[in-house]
Amino acid sequence: MTKEEIIIKLSTIVKPYIQNEEGFKNISEDTDFMNDLEINSANLVDIVLDVEDEFNIIIDNDSMDKMLTIKSVVEIIKEKQSSE
Amino acid sequence: MNQEDIINKLPYSKPFLFVDNLIEISENGVLGNYTFKKNEFFYEGHFKENPITPGVILTETMAQIGLVCLGIFLLKDEISTQEIKPHVALTSNNIDFYLPILPNEAVTVTSEKVYFRFNKLKCNVKMTNSKNELVCRGTISGMIILK
Repeated sequence: MTKEEIIIKLSTIVKPYIQNEEGFKNISEDTDFMNDLEINSANLVDIVLDVEDEFNIIIDNDSMDKMLTIKSVVEIIKEKQSSE
Repeated sequence: MNQEDIINKLPYSKPFLFVDNLIEISENGVLGNYTFKKNEFFYEGHFKENPITPGVILTETMAQIGLVCLGIFLLKDEISTQEIKPHVALTSNNIDFYLPILPNEAVTVTSEKVYFRFNKLKCNVKMTNSKNELVCRGTISGMIILK
């Protein structure tokens, strides 16, 4: 799966949880979940659970701490998928 | 950690503590009860001369027993010391209501864990009255942070 394909899937996953519409319109690799999309920590957990289901991976505590931007999530997904 | 220890660790006090007893608690869920006293503070205004327990209080009762007590149990190894206290925040709920609860009624809350990940606890909860009739049910989620 390419980076672009992952970002498209991530956009669908995060959409129900965003508070900042403007930030979502401009979603890119550099988008920060909390600062740009105003997603709260409870909804970040929902996003992580959806990412696990969608990409068939397990996110551990270390990875969770890194899941702050679209870019870092793409990296985690690629890393987990290649290690399986 | 026994059931009394869990209740003592709750971050609530009167007039906003809605847990009397925990009957069963495990990694997967909890069963507990509460009796609404005749003189609970909210009966004075809900409703005028017609005291009925507000739905938000029924939701709160299910959250205190079903989420917060269970969350404390799940984190028991981390909060066995006196200094560390659980801080809780309700993050979402979706509850349907079926029967009213009047002053002096006893209710039983059953909660089943859906997941507990990254400090977020989500549960399916339901409340029954003393005749074992369904009062309300739904899902509640919250965050539990230890400080």
